[in-house]
Amino acid sequence: MRADPVAELTAFARSLRERGVAADASRVVAAAGALDHVDALDEAQVYWTTRLTLCSEPDDLPRFDAAFAEWFGSRPRPVETAVPSPADSGTGSGSGEGAAGPAERVAATALETLRTRDVAALSAAERAQVRRLIALLAPSTGTRRSMRRRAGGRAGVDPVRTMRTMLRAGGEPVVLARWRRREKPRRLVLLVDVSGSMAPYADWLLLFAHAAVRVRPFATEVFTVGTRLTRVTRALRLRDPDAALQAAAQTVPDWSGGTRIGESMQAFLDRWGQRGAARSAVVVIFSDGWERGGAELLGQQAARLRRLAHAVVWVNPHKGKEGFTPETAGMLAALPYVDDLVAGHSAQALADLVAILAEA
Amino acid sequence: MTYPEFPDIPALSAALDAAGYLPDEGVATAAYLAIGMRRPLLLEGDPGVGKTALAQALADVVGAELVRLSCYEGIDASQALYDWDFPRQLLHLRSAENGGGDERSVYDRRFLIARPILRALETSPAVLLVDEIDRADDEFEAFLLEVLADNAVTIPELGTIKPAEPPIVVLTSNRTRELHDALKRRCLYHWVSHPGLEREVEIIRRHQPEVAERLARQVAAGVAAMREAGLVKSPGIAEAIDWATALRLLGATELNLPAVRATLGALLKYREDQVTAERDVLPGFLARLG
Repeated sequence: MRADPVAELTAFARSLRERGVAADASRVVAAAGALDHVDALDEAQVYWTTRLTLCSEPDDLPRFDAAFAEWFGSRPRPVETAVPSPADSGTGSGSGEGAAGPAERVAATALETLRTRDVAALSAAERAQVRRLIALLAPSTGTRRSMRRRAGGRAGVDPVRTMRTMLRAGGEPVVLARWRRREKPRRLVLLVDVSGSMAPYADWLLLFAHAAVRVRPFATEVFTVGTRLTRVTRALRLRDPDAALQAAAQTVPDWSGGTRIGESMQAFLDRWGQRGAARSAVVVIFSDGWERGGAELLGQQAARLRRLAHAVVWVNPHKGKEGFTPETAGMLAALPYVDDLVAGHSAQALADLVAILAEA
Repeated sequence: MTYPEFPDIPALSAALDAAGYLPDEGVATAAYLAIGMRRPLLLEGDPGVGKTALAQALADVVGAELVRLSCYEGIDASQALYDWDFPRQLLHLRSAENGGGDERSVYDRRFLIARPILRALETSPAVLLVDEIDRADDEFEAFLLEVLADNAVTIPELGTIKPAEPPIVVLTSNRTRELHDALKRRCLYHWVSHPGLEREVEIIRRHQPEVAERLARQVAAGVAAMREAGLVKSPGIAEAIDWATALRLLGATELNLPAVRATLGALLKYREDQVTAERDVLPGFLARLG
């Protein structure tokens, strides 16, 4: 390390942040403090100490290893992970905002038609309008009973609150304070297919996902599936839709690539779903069902998902087209395990989806 | 009472080893910093990689009591931090009414029941294990923040309880949901991965000394092969030890198809996994064993 270890560490933390690791100031302070406890000239000790203090989730680890190898320059750690390249197709419609001027004045009827138009075939001005329609949606799920209690109801006596009312009444239990169970929203999991065949819709669906994350930031999980599984929930928590989509695009390495949705879904169930993310949740899959790896695996994984989740909704943008029949192999394999198959090709179709989710 | 000091990481590593936990470099550094900085240690990793066992070993090493809080959905302050002893408060109230003379408040330390977190703060030395924090719902994390940041519990009716010597705190998570950043920021973070072959052999031998070296090696290799196979639930260290124990009880000295068939239930707990293992993993693996 150079003469000033703190400056060095700060620079390292900045390079980590550029790679998407949440190494904020308080973590840097912790790292500096931790380095005091170990031998700062021993590379292995520095590696573990900075990793322990600056990282906070497994996704961080390959990024950290890459940054550390660059920082220390000597021994590259064995873990080699491709750094996600910023996908240029990230927010294609982001620049359409400026052209919204004339579109502001479209009559209500025009807006009504726009609502049902296929989003894949919109002009720049129309895109801006539809973006606003989608951003207004507030997708959320129904509720389920939680183990938590709240005041009121008739379920049982709450001794702590009863004690307080007794003190007020001079020691007499005049009113028994009671509790009841609270309701909480079901978890919502969105799996968005970002492969080539879904490219015209991926942006819109992520925008929809962003709207969902905005409503319930901690009861919503969003993943992209393609050739691999990527979790984009954290990126989508950014308030501004453009910034959120940009950040999501940067974390997704397989934008507009091939489709191995069966494998991606298996990865989701192994790493997240089975452990709890999908349990009694409402899971929405946005995909056209084009599958390059055999459809058999997708069928198995869909069955597995069905056993874990409260409801599985499949959104296929092509369903909105005339004479649609589910005939891609993947779609057919998964269909028996899907509660609802809906279209998601227009703002109206997405609004319909919101209604279905609320009842699921 | 204070906690023992360890001069460097290898010393702690050796102490953990003596306590029956074989740490790798990362775990040893994590434990060393958790003791030295007195910063909570958040352990994540697949189920069965020894996260809870580390807390137990840490308690043994520093000679502290292990106070365990197992989290579940709906757990709240009255089950994790403290609760008021309602019947005793009531009796106190009655006796004061009848001229018992004791006029102290019903909100006195006497009437407080210490739940695990408060108990850990009041015990010294102590290791507080908050197990499977991801199972508790996210509101619960807010209760923990004060404990993790300041080693204190504030009871509205009584005041703040803050011990002179704070406990060592270990949190484990299986990652069924993401924890809040506010909580993570206050912790050291360590991802516990599956052990390498040599270490796993040693761990099995450590827990089951009667298992022959040869069998332990084969079991570790078999478990490693299973972990590669993309099973619904990859076997952890605990399952590997169980499997070795089951094989030993059946008198097996090496892995072969009948012995594996008879004991597979100790290792794989899903029907699909057993089918996959018998079809895809075992033939090749047993052939390689010769």
